[in-house]
Amino acid sequence: MGFLDIDNTTKSYGAVEVLHKVDISVQEGEFLVLVGPSGCGKSTLLNMIAGLEEITSGEIRIKDAVMNGVHPSKRNIAMVFQSYALYPNMTVGQNITFGLEMHGTPKPERDKAMKDVASLLQIEQLLDRKPGALSGGQRQRVAMGRALVRNPDVFLFDEPLSNLDAKLRVDMRTEIKKLHQKLGTTIVYVTHDQIEAMTLSTRIAVMNGGYVQQLGTPQEIYDAPANIFVATFMGSPAMNVLPAKVEIENGRPTAQVILHDGSTVSLPFSQDNMKDWAGKEILLGIRPETITDEDAADRKSSNIAHMTNRIVVTEPAGSDTFVTMTLGGKDVIARMRSDANVQAGADFTFAVNMEKAVAFDPKTEARIAP
Amino acid sequence: MSVATQDTAIRTGRVTRTLIYLVLVLFALFYMLPLYVMVVNSVKPLEEITGGGMMNLPVVFTLEPWAKAWSSAQIGVEPTGLSPYFWNSIKMVVPAVAISTVLGALNGYVLTKWRFKYDTIVFGLILFACFIPFQIVLIPMAKMLGLMGLAGTTWGLVLVHVVYGVGFTTLYFRNYYAVFPTELIRAAQIDGAGFFQIFWRILLPSSGPIAVVSIIWQFTNIWNDFLFGASFAGAGSQPMTVALNNLVQASHGVKEYNVHFAGAILAALPTLLVYIVAGRYFVRGLMAGSVKG
Ligand SMILES: Nc1ncnc2c1ncn2[C@@H]1O[C@H](COP(=O)(O)OP(=O)(O)OP(=O)(O)O)[C@@H](O)[C@H]1O
Ligand SMILES: [Mg+2]
Repeated sequence: MGFLDIDNTTKSYGAVEVLHKVDISVQEGEFLVLVGPSGCGKSTLLNMIAGLEEITSGEIRIKDAVMNGVHPSKRNIAMVFQSYALYPNMTVGQNITFGLEMHGTPKPERDKAMKDVASLLQIEQLLDRKPGALSGGQRQRVAMGRALVRNPDVFLFDEPLSNLDAKLRVDMRTEIKKLHQKLGTTIVYVTHDQIEAMTLSTRIAVMNGGYVQQLGTPQEIYDAPANIFVATFMGSPAMNVLPAKVEIENGRPTAQVILHDGSTVSLPFSQDNMKDWAGKEILLGIRPETITDEDAADRKSSNIAHMTNRIVVTEPAGSDTFVTMTLGGKDVIARMRSDANVQAGADFTFAVNMEKAVAFDPKTEARIAP
Repeated sequence: MSVATQDTAIRTGRVTRTLIYLVLVLFALFYMLPLYVMVVNSVKPLEEITGGGMMNLPVVFTLEPWAKAWSSAQIGVEPTGLSPYFWNSIKMVVPAVAISTVLGALNGYVLTKWRFKYDTIVFGLILFACFIPFQIVLIPMAKMLGLMGLAGTTWGLVLVHVVYGVGFTTLYFRNYYAVFPTELIRAAQIDGAGFFQIFWRILLPSSGPIAVVSIIWQFTNIWNDFLFGASFAGAGSQPMTVALNNLVQASHGVKEYNVHFAGAILAALPTLLVYIVAGRYFVRGLMAGSVKG
């Protein structure tokens, strides 16, 4: 039993089922991120944990107590909304203590809790202002303060950073991570930003179309995506997925991939179980950062393959240079060092770290290796 | 602000501008004319009016007609002036406006934030109330008031006006609350606020503009109502409008036009006052929600 259990939970609106048998168990102190494209049901699931949406079937438990039908205020949860949802007619201080007031906490205690939270979030000087007179980042802090002051079992965040500009978003991301490390509370966090998901979480649930596609640590999700959806959704630029044919060479399974000029290159697999696919078509997944020049290839890797291919476009991006080529009939992106000597239209010998390559079944799109 | 206005205003030449103002002034004068006639005639002795000088300024200035209209003119059979009826109207209008506005706000709150099955149908039916002509309900309403023992009382009139006004106030508040962020309600629910706490602490403090619209609308309609007052009021509950009619329609004696004018102004003053005090919020409230920001 976990700290927060989502047990075979479904959600239907009328005849339409928007969440299908979601099964997640969260341990105490975990930072679970729900990530997925718009409309995949992240907010719905979060609202069900909060008690703002009814549970159609299944069970949600917090500390082993069944929460189905329990009022949101009795679940000992706190939520930070995308729009912050600060009460416009109250000062920052009143916003923060409203929940305590509703729960009948005496005024001296409320004031002390407010002071503690305000100093933690460095918003002491804002306590007498109305939300209308705050900047986006300040509102964000106040919204977090309102959640923190309740000292809840579980924090729920619904895209709390999506209304901030890019720089502030990165700052607040770090801040949230620090806060989690300091307080060690259990957090469920919704976002559609895969970088937020990777950086913040201890575990990620990747969702699509009302299904949890994969549940795992950021590393598991990144290195061994359960299927093509997860592989291409997580990571930027997205993982390259291209058709290849498996053949055995010298007793080793290899991927036969067609280069820009129609010739074939042979990329050996690290996984022996790929032998089972000998003679069959698969989809090969290669992350952009595993295609490099020879000098930048991972020295710890036991399986670097080489191929010479024509460069179509180069895109210098400061720290990296992105190189596009045609491979297996698709546009494939490589992430090179910025000082790599690459030129559009020229042939170049790439080093591919096949240890990190992923293979998918072209019919089911599920991962078959590693 | 002024820069923006200058930029977006249509540029016009001096001649056009003068013409526009001329027309506007003419219209203003035209609309002010009745008020002018009422005011000047209410402060002159009767002879000056019967002498045929309706449009002239008073030769002898007197407040006698005002005093008479207020406290001693013959209304029906009693020489009481309009004052008791003025208080009748106040006793009817204040609770009727308050109750219908609060009910409208509650309806709007429920219809937007506590959605239930068939809520749009319920709203449609409430809206329908805005289009029912007064005359249709007269007889059934009289019957109902009789059954409830409210016939001829101020509370009977309050009930009639509340029932009639709730359609409008619900419409106002529903549309206003429809754009009120639902996340705020959810946050308050998580904070532990109940149905009425959310209403009082979160929703109502943000409802100023639409409350003003509702109050002005209800106040003017109920204060100016004649039909319900004439149909359902008893001797002790007749509102100002009915009394004014009785004053003007008195069939015996000389027609004291100056007193009539004074009485009519007295009857119109409260609505005028409400407009002056709250009027600038009126337009703002009507526009609220249509434009964001
Ligand atoms: N009241 C409702 N009635 C019917 N369908 C609904 C209702 N609310 C949500 N849905 C559907 O449920 C699905 C999941 O919605 P949800 O708001 O959870 O998406 P999300 O993953 O949070 O997306 P976003 O990133 O855009 O916020 C959507 O397809 C949506 O259309
Ligand atoms: Mg959402």
